[in-house]
Amino acid sequence: MAIRLLVNLARFAVTYVAATVLVFLFMRAIPGDPAQIALGVNATPELLAQTRAEFGTDRPLIVQYFDWALGLPMGDFGTSYVTRQDISPLVLDRVQVSLILVVLAMIVALLIAVPFGTLAAVKHRSPGGILVSGASQLGVAVPNFLAGILLVVVFAVGLGWFPANGWTAPAEDFGDFLSRVALPVLALASVQGAILTRYVRSAVMEVMSEDYLRTARAKGLGKMEALLKHGLRNASIPVLTVTSVQLAALIIGAVVIERVFVIPGLGSMLLDAVGNRDLLTVQSVVMVLVAITLIINLVVDVLYTVLDPRIRKAS
Amino acid sequence: MTTQPAAVVRSTRRRPPATLLVGAALVLLVVLAALVSFIWTPYNPEQAFPADRLQGSSAAHLMGTDRYGRDVFSGILYGARITLLVGLVAVGIALLVGTPLGILAGMRGGAVEEVSMRAADILLAFPALLVAIMFGAVFGASTTTAMLAIGIGSIPGFARVARSGTLQVMSTEYVLAAKASSQSAFRIARRHVLPNIAGMVVVQCSVSFAIAVLAEAALSFLGLGTPPPVPSWGRMLQESQQFLGTYPMLAVWPGLAIAVAVLGFNLLGDGLRDKFDPKLNGGR
Repeated sequence: MAIRLLVNLARFAVTYVAATVLVFLFMRAIPGDPAQIALGVNATPELLAQTRAEFGTDRPLIVQYFDWALGLPMGDFGTSYVTRQDISPLVLDRVQVSLILVVLAMIVALLIAVPFGTLAAVKHRSPGGILVSGASQLGVAVPNFLAGILLVVVFAVGLGWFPANGWTAPAEDFGDFLSRVALPVLALASVQGAILTRYVRSAVMEVMSEDYLRTARAKGLGKMEALLKHGLRNASIPVLTVTSVQLAALIIGAVVIERVFVIPGLGSMLLDAVGNRDLLTVQSVVMVLVAITLIINLVVDVLYTVLDPRIRKAS
Repeated sequence: MTTQPAAVVRSTRRRPPATLLVGAALVLLVVLAALVSFIWTPYNPEQAFPADRLQGSSAAHLMGTDRYGRDVFSGILYGARITLLVGLVAVGIALLVGTPLGILAGMRGGAVEEVSMRAADILLAFPALLVAIMFGAVFGASTTTAMLAIGIGSIPGFARVARSGTLQVMSTEYVLAAKASSQSAFRIARRHVLPNIAGMVVVQCSVSFAIAVLAEAALSFLGLGTPPPVPSWGRMLQESQQFLGTYPMLAVWPGLAIAVAVLGFNLLGDGLRDKFDPKLNGGR
């Protein structure tokens, strides 16, 4: 088990480092000198040289890479070439907003998916089960930003129950936070919930056909009882895998949803930076998003090992 | 292998799964819309008629007009073209790069496999949308960058499917026989591996197409896809946002178009999977 954990950790480290190289090289692939872009075409050579020194772009590429990559884990992302401000405090501020959205959405999605997916599997031949399957198929086809817009049309514009957009920090005014976070979370969670429902359904179907469940039934346990006692732990393993993949998808989904609901998260920061051609900020925010994804994958790999005795014993 | 005859008998008498038929019908609808847009649209989708702005559905404008007086129905027809173009090129890139990589990894094993699968892992940490945002930041927004980015983002999916299929084929006896008769690796890949994993790859194409349609819509929605005035469903949706209170139908039409396309390709993929995988056929 210890060896397995070490392998997981080593894979994470290799992937992470490779990702930093990839992002760095890609963002430097563009022709053009950040100092020239910042100063415009009329800048004097002296001023250009001075600005390059200030940005650190006069140094060799490899030095610039290590400067940036080694700063990342310390939370030091450098200074934006466009706004000339330190990127780090803004990222740390924004990442909280995005994580709140993503975590709440995942919780709500699981609250939808686990009961409905189980129901759809247990009653897969009855109208109820078929209805759930059909609804989840439809839900998968709706992009989250469309779900967001439809929710705004119904619950903000039509019924006036929630504000259509904006953000309040939970520490500031919790009630206002809840009313503003409800629609974006629901937009993310409804689509995620539909995707997860399909996986929960097939995982439970798989478990239901296992011999040990038949044995449990033969011993006199009811269908639900047998499933709860013996099935859910086994069904949870594939669901856990999908949840990790979907968490990563949610982080990207949140980028778009933040745009729909005008929420000051990492996504808005990234898109604003793209609009301003603020490349160092884009580079850093992309790397933060990728790092979060990789960390989630690592945690799930570790959870796997702990949860599944077959994997645990295998190593 | 003992299940083989049963599967053959079943597939000759079973009707195609309903998901396959519905999916194919929806995809066909989108393809038809795109084809029709080449020869006919009610109005020029890019032309503004300020006098007719923000009208509801009528005989003259089936789906009404937008804030510039452009005909929404014409835009939806034309947008199908952009959606399919981006999907085709993106899936094409992923198919042509990912599948050979996956086969290579599955056949060679060892270091080649480890390296290509780690590469796929790294790419997997960059979802299509994130790659597209990076492309947009560096090269500016265009249909081409969107296609490239979505294509690159879809490579790992194909590599994984091709690899796992190849691993299964490589453990069969006929491949062992082919190896024993010292056939070249290329010949084995072409004669034995490719035909056997083709079904899985086709399913992956359909699923990836749905993802590409979603990604393209999201990119256009964010202003990182096809630039105006060329109509795209994602941007029509984005432009509708400020009229949600007054003209919600402006959001409904492009939203419906996106949902139909994604649902179509998803169902088609599900249906093809049922058809190609005899183990799932009929269920238990």
